[in-house]
Amino acid sequence: MRNTMAIAKREVRTYFTSPIAYVVTAVFLVVTGYFFAADLLTRQMANLRGFLSPGSFVLLLVTPLLTMRLFAEEQKLGTLELLLTNPVRDIEVVMGKYLGSLFTLLVMLVLTLYYPLLLRMFGDPDLGPILTGYLGLFLLGSAMIAVGLLASSVTANQIVAAVLGLGILILLWVVGSVGTAGALGSLLDYVALPRHFTDFTLGVIDTKSVVYYLSVAAAFVFLTARSLEMRRWR
Amino acid sequence: MIEVRSLTKYYGDFPAVEDISFDVKKGEILGFLGPNGSGKTTTMRILTGYLPPSSGTARIAGYDVVDHSLDARRHIGYLPETVPLYTDMTVRDYLDFQGTLRGMDQARRRKRIDEVVGVCRLGEYRDSHIGKLSKGYRQRVGLAQALLHEPDVLILDEPTIGIDPRQVVETRQLIKSFGGDHTVVISSHILPEVSMVCERVLIINEGQVVAIDRPENLSNRLGGTERIHLEVRGPVKEVMGVLRGMKGVQEVTNEGGDSLARYTVECRPGRDLRAEMAEALVSRGWGLLGLQAAGMSLEEIFLKLTTEDQA
Ligand SMILES: Nc1ncnc2c1ncn2[C@@H]1O[C@H](COP(=O)(O)OP(=O)(O)O)[C@@H](O)[C@H]1O
Ligand SMILES: [Mg+2]
Repeated sequence: MRNTMAIAKREVRTYFTSPIAYVVTAVFLVVTGYFFAADLLTRQMANLRGFLSPGSFVLLLVTPLLTMRLFAEEQKLGTLELLLTNPVRDIEVVMGKYLGSLFTLLVMLVLTLYYPLLLRMFGDPDLGPILTGYLGLFLLGSAMIAVGLLASSVTANQIVAAVLGLGILILLWVVGSVGTAGALGSLLDYVALPRHFTDFTLGVIDTKSVVYYLSVAAAFVFLTARSLEMRRWR
Repeated sequence: MIEVRSLTKYYGDFPAVEDISFDVKKGEILGFLGPNGSGKTTTMRILTGYLPPSSGTARIAGYDVVDHSLDARRHIGYLPETVPLYTDMTVRDYLDFQGTLRGMDQARRRKRIDEVVGVCRLGEYRDSHIGKLSKGYRQRVGLAQALLHEPDVLILDEPTIGIDPRQVVETRQLIKSFGGDHTVVISSHILPEVSMVCERVLIINEGQVVAIDRPENLSNRLGGTERIHLEVRGPVKEVMGVLRGMKGVQEVTNEGGDSLARYTVECRPGRDLRAEMAEALVSRGWGLLGLQAAGMSLEEIFLKLTTEDQA
């Protein structure tokens, strides 16, 4: 745990001493801000849906940019060699990097809290869907970051890692919308990322959805640890 | 302290290290000598648990590097060839980070950071960003992190490559001072370097151990490692005669004619014949246009050792 936290802390520091986190956060705020404002002006409703739904998709576009450097950069620079020859377990390294990114995502989401604050100032929004909406975004982001983490572990090239992560995420995003009938159809529908998100925007916390996002995150974190191990055996 | 048995590593079909075995005793400094691509880095990566061997075993302080990797790694301080450090951190923060990952508590980290910063003479740079340091100072940071947790075993991959000559000398002295407290393995492709620093030298070529011995025994085995190149204007036959007649000369070869010929003289090591040679040639009225001492190149040593072993 101590190793994991030390690695997470270093990751967070690296994010905020380089421009990546700032640029990604700025882009996220501008784009979601646009959707939020447009929705507010046209529908004149005091809820967050104008931010949450587009926000979930913008998240899909920006998380690979946040995660691409995690392992790829260290492989390129060779620093992974010193990191992995310390007496630390691979899973501690993976979890440290994962939590570091997750914290950065959290900071990004906290900065969007001025949307609900604006709503509070000028209207009387229902707090329930706002809170569950944020929980949903965070859970969705947790799963997405795990996907990007895996992508970053298989290459020393950050661009490749970003494209790969984005590819997997888009696939997981659209997989439910192919309209296949029967068991396969419902399975694909269950596996799809956005389906589970809708409930959260409506103020509902469905345990199945929470479990779903946490399982995706856990699965990809686990795969990343395996990928590190495989890299050694190549 | 280090036991290596029949270690072999294939990259795909390519054997980078083949059937290497050796031991290093506690407190000993072993030099790993070999040309580029001979398998030094690969062997070190196996010892440090970064790469698994294809077959064979290695133990560090009694712990197998595959089966008890974490325990083995706890006893190692490693400086990889490329000195990969986090350039966005300060020296102090970086050392603190590495210390944490090696299970040192805060008080011990503070104390040891001060100590290694002193030993590696990094004092004035302790709060500098590593990215702003010169290659030589980064090398010191690399050494400092390797020493930080007082490991039993230090593994240093080409620790003097790419730094300026004055720092090379300092680094060698530093490494020499590690012996006794630490068991040290250093790699190099420079023969004088390992013979200066190490108590024993392992010569590796194309992934195989060519020789392992004390430096002085190796140079004895190598025989005429000293060689002198001459350029002389004078009758070739007579010049050859004079050179061959000198004590300690083993072989003379030449090319060119009476007006100017180049001679290569192989002599027994330990005696410097240059002054005597110049005297002998000049006193006979021949023109001495060039005189240069040259050691054997590493490639020649390998050739010599490999052919010697086959004979
Ligand atoms: N990751 C790798 N994949 C494939 N071949 C490699 C790899 N690393 C090293 N080699 C090859 O293995 C041989 C030994 O390399 P190395 O151990 O780096 O030698 P040295 O450190 O003595 O220069 C070289 O021929 C090198 O090209
Ligand atoms: Mg090497």
